[in-house]
Amino acid sequence: MAATEQTIKQVNTLGSSDYKYGFSTEVDEIRPPKGLNEEIIKFISAQKDEPEWMLEWRLNAFKVFNKLPKPQWAKLNIPEIDYQDCYYYSIPKSLKDKPKSLDEIDPEILKTYEKLGIPLKEQKILSGIAVDAVFDSVSVATTYKKQLSDLGIVFCSISEAVKTHPELVKKYLGSVIPVSDHSFAALNSAVFTDGSFIYIPEGVRCPVELSTYFRINAMNTGQFERTLIIADKDSYVSYLEGCTAPMRDENQLHAANVELVALDNAEIKYSTVQNWYPGDKEGKGGIYNFVTKRGACRGKNSKISWTQVETGSAITWKYPSCILQGDNSKGEFYSVAITNNMQQADTGTKMIHIGKNTSSKIISKGISAGKANNTYRGLVNILSKAKNARNFTQCDSLLIGNQCGAHTVPYIESSNSDSMVEHEATTSKINEDQLFYCQQRGLNSEDAVGLIVNGFCKEVLQHLPMEFAVEAQKLVAISLEGSVG
Amino acid sequence: MLEIKNLHVSIEEKKIIKGLDLSINKGEVHALMGPNGSGKSTLSYVLSGKDKYEINDGTIDYNGKNLLELDVDERANEGLFLAFQYPMEIPGVQTSFFLKTAINSKRKYLGQSEMDALEFAKLMKSKAEELNISTEMLKRDLNVNYSGGEKKKQEILQMSMLSPKMAILDETDSGLDIDALRIVSEGVNKLRNNENSFLVITHYQRLLNYIKPDFVHIIADGKIVKSGDYSLALELEEKGYEEISQTA
Ligand SMILES: Nc1ncnc2c1ncn2[C@@H]1O[C@H](COP(=O)(O)OP(=O)(O)OP(=O)(O)O)[C@@H](O)[C@H]1O
Ligand SMILES: [Mg+2]
Repeated sequence: MAATEQTIKQVNTLGSSDYKYGFSTEVDEIRPPKGLNEEIIKFISAQKDEPEWMLEWRLNAFKVFNKLPKPQWAKLNIPEIDYQDCYYYSIPKSLKDKPKSLDEIDPEILKTYEKLGIPLKEQKILSGIAVDAVFDSVSVATTYKKQLSDLGIVFCSISEAVKTHPELVKKYLGSVIPVSDHSFAALNSAVFTDGSFIYIPEGVRCPVELSTYFRINAMNTGQFERTLIIADKDSYVSYLEGCTAPMRDENQLHAANVELVALDNAEIKYSTVQNWYPGDKEGKGGIYNFVTKRGACRGKNSKISWTQVETGSAITWKYPSCILQGDNSKGEFYSVAITNNMQQADTGTKMIHIGKNTSSKIISKGISAGKANNTYRGLVNILSKAKNARNFTQCDSLLIGNQCGAHTVPYIESSNSDSMVEHEATTSKINEDQLFYCQQRGLNSEDAVGLIVNGFCKEVLQHLPMEFAVEAQKLVAISLEGSVG
Repeated sequence: MLEIKNLHVSIEEKKIIKGLDLSINKGEVHALMGPNGSGKSTLSYVLSGKDKYEINDGTIDYNGKNLLELDVDERANEGLFLAFQYPMEIPGVQTSFFLKTAINSKRKYLGQSEMDALEFAKLMKSKAEELNISTEMLKRDLNVNYSGGEKKKQEILQMSMLSPKMAILDETDSGLDIDALRIVSEGVNKLRNNENSFLVITHYQRLLNYIKPDFVHIIADGKIVKSGDYSLALELEEKGYEEISQTA
């Protein structure tokens, strides 16, 4: 494939070989022409054998998209996106006829996941993590399916759920993030390709970590992930998503929508390790990561906790939020965002307190190095009915070098006098004396930075599932390589 | 081991070390004493390679290598250890993890494989016990909310785990209670052998009762003004810096 060879060559000359996940995979792909229009939406829907109602939903979302202006509030420098110059669907040919078991999957694709450290082969999956892997636009394999279905847990791709659990999808899809929320939400609703669907039945504690692995492989392909997680009464689930993309000269778009619904006494823990290709040192290439993540604590005593480690992407724009509807419900947001070189991140959360005695906690750690810019943007909104609502927010920023920036933009709106909102913020430079101390003990300058930054992020990292905490620590160190000395 | 010749150092245009000579052989313990601000800590930072110090003149040879050309971590991994006068706190980093990282950095530098978890745990436990440091302590963040004396003991624990060739102790005794002083001194004495050397910076002759030095040097205004054996420390205790410096 000429295009792929060309990319590999380009990548080799880029010199940003530091990005460990930057290889691309040679597979034949099915890909309709570039451009965003009703035809492509019909094509996507047809490829997925979707029922009529799903197509209608998409087409309606597209109409909404065309009417909405682009969101303007982030402190980001976003180049004009030409939606017509982008592919909206790409699947490896070998996956078209849905492989029944892992043996039928193109070995090249399995190899890709192995290189990423995510073996899909059943015998290798021992660690108690069920993985759904999304390669460009389709879900490759969902492991552990049998064990989960015995408990009544549904864990499959959203495309599959549209067919197998239409009543749940119809009821909840778009119920947390309305199509008309903003233009990226509408765009995603129109052209979403794949993502995970999870339903945990009443009273079930999901015994394993559920996990999805997203990878953008094809050139010029936007990835429109759609994930929907529903935790029924008295249930619990912990979910983790990881993301990587190969190095490409041009920018790629990732516009995900993730919706969570927690009913009475249910708890959802959602963790993200985002390591999309950030672009090279001069800011060429990289993923535009425009993500809408929102959780609704619908039931009383329900809880939703977001943990994110954002180290990749050229531009990150995301605000995982909680709508605290149910009385006594809890929302949490733990975030590490690292920007190096020319990366930009504008991330934070919104906590909307509606029910009585609702509480929220926000811990944000922003690290900037190189010429990068890092903004925490958060909203704590306490509505008048939210008696005794509580919020605690702590935002710490760490600067490495003299050319980077950190900004904290906390909005607090409270219409309830019983409520209590606490906000603490610090900004500091990495301490030279700490670095010297570590180096005097034999750590090289990069390891020293990695160690100190990991210490700075500890409060957040310790909320990740155990299996991923070590990986995340390494990622924190890797993403800051070249930031000192 | 260490040969300092005609060292001149300044920081922000201010001359601090003004022609210092010092030679330390394998197996020797040297004590360095001198008034506040005479340049003792500065010397220890220059030896370990802290930046912002300008070396205006002089040479430092360390085991046949030009010390001034090595990076901070290279010096450390070549066996140079500094027990800080004011150890740094590192929030969020567990003390035991820090120790392990330090040990493995050195092993990596020397081309050895990582120490396995069990071996490390044993080593840490036995060394900590010798210094009367509780395992609870090792679970806490490095030096965070440690008392002054606890920080100093932590430095010695790190030293004994890394078993350096050339250790510089910058006022390790300040802040230690009487028992801790004895325990720390025993720790240092245990480490002493024919292959390694110590430079012990102190204000108090009392420490030298425990750690018997082979040589005692007195530094004043960036120069060594008098050298002698252990008896010099006793003489100093009696007369004070003023008089000793004048008789030099
Ligand atoms: N960054 C700096 N800028 C200006 N002067 C400095 C700087 N660092 C150290 N000095 C000065 O250098 C001199 C030597 O300091 P140093 O810390 O080496 O003294 P010391 O002998 O260790 O003293 P003490 O016994 O109090 O520990 C002091 O006068 C100090 O004020
Ligand atoms: Mg000093």
